Amino acid sequence: MWFVKNMITRKNLMALTGLFLAFFLIIHLLGNLQLLLPDEVAREQYNWYSHLLAGNIVIEIIAIVLYACILLHLADAIYLTIRGRKVSGNYRLDKRARASTWYSRNMMFLGAVIFAFLVIHFKDFWYQYKFGTLPLDEKGHKDLYTLVVTAFGQLWYVIVYIIAIIALGYHMLHGVFSAHRTLGLYHPVYNRIVRTAGVVFSVAMTFGYAVIPIVIYIKQPL
Amino acid sequence: MNLTLQIWRQKNADAKGAMETYKVENISPDSSFLEMLDILNDQLINEGKEPVAFDHDCREGICGMCSLQINGEPHGPGRAITTCQLHMRKFKDGDTIYIEPFRAKAFPVIKDLVVDRSAFDRIQHAGGYISVNTSGNTQDANAIPVEKEKADKAFDAATCIGCGACVAACKNASAMLFTSAKVSQFALLPQGRIEATERVLNMVKQMDLEGFGNCTNTGACEIECPKGISLENIARMNREYLKASVK
Ligand code: HEM
Ligand code: SF4
Ligand code: FES
Repeated sequence: MWFVKNMITRKNLMALTGLFLAFFLIIHLLGNLQLLLPDEVAREQYNWYSHLLAGNIVIEIIAIVLYACILLHLADAIYLTIRGRKVSGNYRLDKRARASTWYSRNMMFLGAVIFAFLVIHFKDFWYQYKFGTLPLDEKGHKDLYTLVVTAFGQLWYVIVYIIAIIALGYHMLHGVFSAHRTLGLYHPVYNRIVRTAGVVFSVAMTFGYAVIPIVIYIKQPL
Repeated sequence: MNLTLQIWRQKNADAKGAMETYKVENISPDSSFLEMLDILNDQLINEGKEPVAFDHDCREGICGMCSLQINGEPHGPGRAITTCQLHMRKFKDGDTIYIEPFRAKAFPVIKDLVVDRSAFDRIQHAGGYISVNTSGNTQDANAIPVEKEKADKAFDAATCIGCGACVAACKNASAMLFTSAKVSQFALLPQGRIEATERVLNMVKQMDLEGFGNCTNTGACEIECPKGISLENIARMNREYLKASVK
């Protein structure tokens, strides 16, 4: 997409990929809430669920679309942010921040935090599951559950997660609203609904994702 | 009031500029910001120094010439006003006031506080008009009925005075608020629909060519706009653009 020089089109692409990623977050959260079931049930069910996903061709295709979305979103983010930096001026005294929210101005920074997190996340879980050698559980499924629970047993790991999830929450607090504007989806009546839905969605995702590592950390046998 | 002024001085477009310090005394709180600058310039001329160049014309908030970044904000600390509508009572005795030109790659500084905003004119020329025959047989303006709500929105969009504060307020130096106001004022009316497709394509193309940044929907432009042009216009232009590019 580097050949699309037109900024509105690039921004549309960014909004679409962003919204797809946001939609994926719901599915991903629902799946992972299984981690919070009682210990033994959770282990068996979670490993079975992961096994189910890993072998499914539809899931494979969705996964590829997802990786493509992340890369396209990233490419556009970098292109548009650099362009903005290049063409805007520096003031000796700059009070422009009074007129907008900090997170709307720092989408690239929040995105960079999310990206750094994604690298860790993929390396520790995705890569291990796909290419690492994991012990098997009683049903003969790879024991991803134990891997996750062990990781979240470390306080620093939980803290890294919480920071990334808060960054994600703020990213979407602006992102969901912004994406609708970018796609020209506005209407005097629905504007407020989109805004409110965006806030509810971002808060729900932040809490949903934050709860998992916290509960696992607290629940672990000392 | 006695004030210290930090003003951007730059000889010409190629020169390197710098902030310089000036003092003005006995300024009436009732004088306007531009009158205060007039007093400073009288003072400089009397001292045999080069007066500060700044843009202004109507001095009543309708021409959009008075582009100044005052204390780090376009048109200063007030909301929904131009620089010429800003009064010195907004400041305190003894204040230091920073005065800089609007800064964006598409708005090069010509001299001191004067910037070249002809990029806006070129965006306007790219499609900000309707083609009607005005030679003699002019139609009655009310011959085509227009919904009240749309007429109001078109009118609101048309109040944009092209001052450039939206660009100066934007971290990306985006001209989306200006361009979208100009697109909307026609897109909303039946007379403007005829050329709507080419209009939005051409104006957006020109906007990109002039070297403005993209829109992040931070909304700073709407807050700083002296005419309160709504962010909704940007969403409308995005929709018009999307529609036009799939046509
Ligand atoms: C799960 C991860 C992510 C989700 C759900 C997400 C979601 C979104 C959404 C919905 C938007 C709004 C698009 C628009 O305004 O048109 C957006 C914008 C943006 N994203 Fe992301 N994003 C994610 C990851 C990232 C990453 C990894 C980066 C960069 C390294 C990033 C950088 C940006 C930037 C710079 C914007 C532009 C803000 C704007 O112009 O409004 N995002 N994102
Ligand atoms: S949209 Fe507002 S800030 Fe931008 S040029 Fe028009 S009047 Fe000035
Ligand atoms: S001088 Fe005309 S708007 Fe200020």
